[in-house]
Amino acid sequence: MEEINMEEGDQTREMGVAPALIALDPTHQYVSVSVGSDLRVFNLREGCGVSLVDPTGGCMHKDAVRAIRFSGNGKLFVSAGDDKLVKVWSTESWHCIATVTSEKRVSAVAIDKGGRYVCYADKFGVVYALDTECFDGTNASLNKKAVPLLAHYCSIITSLEFSPDGKFILSADRDFKIRVTVFPKNPLDGAHEIQSFCLGHTEFVSCLAFVCNVDFPQGNLVSGSGDSTVRLWDFTTGSLLDTCDVGSKAGLSQSNGKDAEVSPAVTDLCPNFDGSLVAVAIQNLSGILLLSCNLSFRKLSIAKVVSIPGETCIPSSLGAALSEPMLWMIMGASSLRVSDSASLARVRVVSNFSGVTEQEATVVDDSDIPGGQPLLQKLQGSLSVGEEAISAAAEAVKTALRNLLIKKQYSTERREHRKCGRNDKKIKK
Amino acid sequence: MEVECNTTLNKKTGLPRKRFYRARAHSNPLSDSHFPVPTCPAEVDYSIHYPQFDGLTKVQFADIGCGFGGLLVSLATLFPDTLMVGMELRDKVTEYVKERINGLRTTNPGQYQNISVVRTNSMKYIPNYFEKAQLTKMFFLFPDPHFKEKNHRRRVISPHLLDEYAYVLKVGGIIYTITDVEELGEWMKSCLEGHPLFKALTEEEIESDQVVELLTSATEEGQKVARNGGQTFPAIYRRIEASFLF
Ligand SMILES: C[S@@+](CC[C@H](N)C(=O)[O-])C[C@H]1O[C@@H](n2cnc3c(N)ncnc32)[C@H](O)[C@@H]1O
Repeated sequence: MEEINMEEGDQTREMGVAPALIALDPTHQYVSVSVGSDLRVFNLREGCGVSLVDPTGGCMHKDAVRAIRFSGNGKLFVSAGDDKLVKVWSTESWHCIATVTSEKRVSAVAIDKGGRYVCYADKFGVVYALDTECFDGTNASLNKKAVPLLAHYCSIITSLEFSPDGKFILSADRDFKIRVTVFPKNPLDGAHEIQSFCLGHTEFVSCLAFVCNVDFPQGNLVSGSGDSTVRLWDFTTGSLLDTCDVGSKAGLSQSNGKDAEVSPAVTDLCPNFDGSLVAVAIQNLSGILLLSCNLSFRKLSIAKVVSIPGETCIPSSLGAALSEPMLWMIMGASSLRVSDSASLARVRVVSNFSGVTEQEATVVDDSDIPGGQPLLQKLQGSLSVGEEAISAAAEAVKTALRNLLIKKQYSTERREHRKCGRNDKKIKK
Repeated sequence: MEVECNTTLNKKTGLPRKRFYRARAHSNPLSDSHFPVPTCPAEVDYSIHYPQFDGLTKVQFADIGCGFGGLLVSLATLFPDTLMVGMELRDKVTEYVKERINGLRTTNPGQYQNISVVRTNSMKYIPNYFEKAQLTKMFFLFPDPHFKEKNHRRRVISPHLLDEYAYVLKVGGIIYTITDVEELGEWMKSCLEGHPLFKALTEEEIESDQVVELLTSATEEGQKVARNGGQTFPAIYRRIEASFLF
């Protein structure tokens, strides 16, 4: 195991900063965020914070949470990350119903359409499936066995997504690949039939999402990447339908003098409820970019940039419920550096996240945010986040995204060094 | 490329430790690549590889970890109309195979036009080279054994990698594996046996397949084993349709 630990050791140091995440349940009742190891949930319907408890005796997250997700029926919530714990919560009680220990750190999670199988990807590119029907409800044991479903050979999986009809599981990785796999009736036997590969990105793929509308209920796939593009795919054949170069959009690449030549990475995508728009979070962009999506013409085009008046807000994650024309965003990051702003995050909402109305998508003032002050207090960790903390968070987000996404290139010298180091280890054995 | 680390020397004898020679002789397929990778199969320019073909004919045979290319050379004349490619991780070895093919093309005009080689990590980039159901034969001859349990994930045949091989193989296509390492032979067989998209060839099918005898005779590694009178352990499977249950 030494060798593996060595490889992981490197990652620990370089990936210690985790971006804050946000997720909405499908009915727009709960907003959930993670900042570092902290999970925070707010009940919009009742206007109050929710406390998460683990009656099974499992511990809370001890290290950065890297993925959070509600099931399509809203009944389950999953959180997982660097502490290798995959925690499954019932959204009825907000009790943890099971904690599973992954062998490696977890980078992505998804729940199948039926809400039965929790799938998670580990740092070595293996995707596991966990049958929630084998949870007994009373004492979830830590050794619930997850079964390997599929694997990307030694690549970090950045995103897992089910197709809207639930027939396929999609996995994206740092080697520019998107794999579309048939999700079998019995996933515990593994998912061996690959439907297609969506190949075209020229850098790591950072995010996947499905855009659906009434005419295309099965939807099309959109993906974001470090190559600064958002692409539209026919995922059943793997054909690329359209590429939107969001990085070349004037003002984006130039917004930061120093990074001008580096095309900014797309860090998150979030389609709206009617499939007419996709919100795009981009490294270094304060605000979000809206793409209009025409599934009939298989076209993505830039609709507008929604900027945030009066402050820097580079969203680290986006979320929306399919029942509301509202986009949620969070900016924040955990940091290994101990500082006051470490667990602070900024939550903002864009209203009119809709392509049909004539009203403009706009950033909502804090005074008008759904859930009001209690929500801000709960999710941000503080009612008002000071300017200093905001810029600290912005910096942390930049670092987090950069570290998370940019593929390390070791100098030859350093690689040889690592090899010697590894042989050293072997000899001791 | 590889730099000597003195830790590869035996502390007592000061002699090179054999297992480190073995480790250096083979590249580590886990390390990041430093060679160009095509974004997708359509991007591979086959007219460079097979200048005497029309540029539309697709590769059908792939020799994974082709080493010095002995198998390709034998197959070239046996299937003169079929395009085949070797995939090899080691730079120098790939260069050697290129030279070898060029030489053969020069000395045998009109022949050996259907074989070529690419330098790549087959464990990561097979889908970048081949489309779904493109291949009719895949060869894995005398792959590196990676004995230690923790290194099993480096093996070129594994349950997960078989998913990708099943993807690029046409239904009815054949995967040929062989090794002189019994443990690896059992491993490859059990991986194939346990996979829902592969089925073992019958004795008769194996007997009537003219390619089978090349497994032990055509490659450099195969010849070495034969010279030493070593035993070999083949596993030959056919890509089958996914069953409706699955
Ligand atoms: C023991 S040799 C056998 C060569 C040849 N098949 C023969 O029978 O003579 C194994 C070969 O596989 C190559 N190899 C190992 N891992 C590989 C990978 N991931 N992709 C491509 N080639 C690889 C090695 O460089 C080596 O040349």
